[in-house]
This record gives sequence, C-alpha cells and structure tokens, in this order.
Amino acid sequence: MLEDLSQYILDIAENSVKAKASRVLIELKIDSKKKLISLCVCDDGCGMDEDLLKQVEDPFTTTRKERRVGLGIPFLKQAALSCDGFFEIASEKGKGTIVKAGFRKDHIDCPPLGDVAATIATLIMGWPECCWIFRYEVDGNAFLLDLEELLKYLGDRELLKSPKFILWLKEYIQENMSLLHEKKGGDGIAQD
Amino acid sequence: MPKIKSLEDLRKLREESKDLTSARSGGKTKIIVGMGTCGIAAGAREVLSAILNELARREIKDVAVETTGCIGMCQYEPLVDFIRPGEPRVTYGNVEPKDVPRLIVEHLINGKVVWDKVVGRTD
Repeated sequence: MLEDLSQYILDIAENSVKAKASRVLIELKIDSKKKLISLCVCDDGCGMDEDLLKQVEDPFTTTRKERRVGLGIPFLKQAALSCDGFFEIASEKGKGTIVKAGFRKDHIDCPPLGDVAATIATLIMGWPECCWIFRYEVDGNAFLLDLEELLKYLGDRELLKSPKFILWLKEYIQENMSLLHEKKGGDGIAQD
Repeated sequence: MPKIKSLEDLRKLREESKDLTSARSGGKTKIIVGMGTCGIAAGAREVLSAILNELARREIKDVAVETTGCIGMCQYEPLVDFIRPGEPRVTYGNVEPKDVPRLIVEHLINGKVVWDKVVGRTD
C-alpha cells in the first residue's frame, strides 16, 4: 500500500502514459456533504481487451517483463475499498481506459491527500509530450490545469523539463488548491 | 494566502531560458529516477523534488532529468541513475532526499562516484 492519495495518482497515471496515451485527464473531487473524495483518471491510451481487463485487478498480472507482479491497480482498489469507497475500471481496446476510485473522507482508513501538486508536476516533467489535464474540485469550486494552456505562455515544450519550471508549477498548483479550501472555509482536508 | 504565482511568470521563464537551447541535445548528463510503484512507495517523488531543487539552486542547466518505471531492483528503491557522457552508467540505491546534494556535488560536478550509495555500474 502507498502512503497517500497523491502517490496512488502518480502510480495510476503512469499506467496511462505507458499505454501510450496522448491525453490524460486526472480529476480529484472533494465533496464535504457526501463526505466523499473521488478520483478519476481517464486516458486515450491503447486500452485493454476483455481478458486483460478481467485480470488487471489481480496482483499477479502485469505487462512488464522485469517482475511478475503488478501492484498499482490492486493497491488503489484495496485502499478505496478499505475505507468503504468504491473502485471501477473500464477500458476498450484502442480507445482508452478510465479508472475511478472513491474514498470515504470520514473513514479512519481514508488516506490523506498528500502532495498532489508534486504528483502532477512529476507527471508533467516525466512525460512532457502528453497533454495533461488536472481538475481539482472542492464542493463545486474547481481549479483546472490544462498543460496546453500553460504551453501558450511558455512557448516551448522542452522547457517543461526544466527544474525551474517544475518547481514553479508545483507551487502554482499548491496555491490554487489551497485557495479552493479557503473559499470553503477550510476544515483542514488539504493537509499532507 | 494571496495568490503570488501567475501565468505571466511563464513568459519570464521563457525569456530567462533562451540560453538553454544550446545545451539541449547530445552530450548531456542524464539523471534518471525510478518511479514505478516500488519507487513511489519508497519515496522516489521526494528524491526527484530534491534533485530539481538542487539543480535549480545551483543553476545547473545542462542536465536532463527523467523518470523510468520499475527496473526489477525494487528492494533498492529509490533508485537514481547518473549517466555522464562517455562514462559508465552508475546506479545509486536507497537514495534519500538528504543524499541528493552530495550526489550532485560529487558525481555531477566533481565527477567522482559516491561508492557507498552505488548498487550497480555498467561499463
């Protein structure tokens, strides 16, 4: 199991780029009324056929050759289910994959959010050629980060790999996320 | 908290980085951080942050930082590879953020391998 939600997001989104996705949407929603945190990672990668999709929640299924275990999806599923949440995965060969997970915010086993900004910045640095979209919603107010929009200002995709940009990006996301929590009156859910 | 980061910062960053183009391809040192499930669980993202901080702080520009998936040595994660042009690839294991300044100074700047953190070397 991983330490926090931001680590699960990093791990699951990496599956998308390994599936050769050119566009990945990561959506994280916090709903105080429903006491629910929901995560959705949606990509336009190579997708999976029915057989692989059936096996993918099994830790002994993986497409890589270095080891015969694949723990990413089983970890996320276990984390979600252990706090009365939900886990869904849908995929179509050639079209893409959607992973959805829900976490009960008031459950004792609900993982903390962690450093979501660092996760998004890491993904963008690691796979700058992918169109990343990150949406963070807190009780109806949302922050949207569309990498293609940032590129209009930055001009050059190559700069996405520069340490200065990545550090700026991390702070930019962090700021915007905490602004949403302030709007809400803040009940301290954005803690690390 | 007042919002201090704006998208306009990016235009400035673009101006500042004009000299980057020359250092872009070929002959560049590579730093590769393992970011598979095992790496993430062991704290690889924090190690990557420490590397970026150190490079930015020292204004080191001619280094390409990359991430990779699991390479099958999960027990040694976080794993960080240093590849200097024309030299063997050196793999450091169990790297913590506190080790990063030493690796950058010794290996990257001074060109000396930090042997106590090495788990593999390919010639």
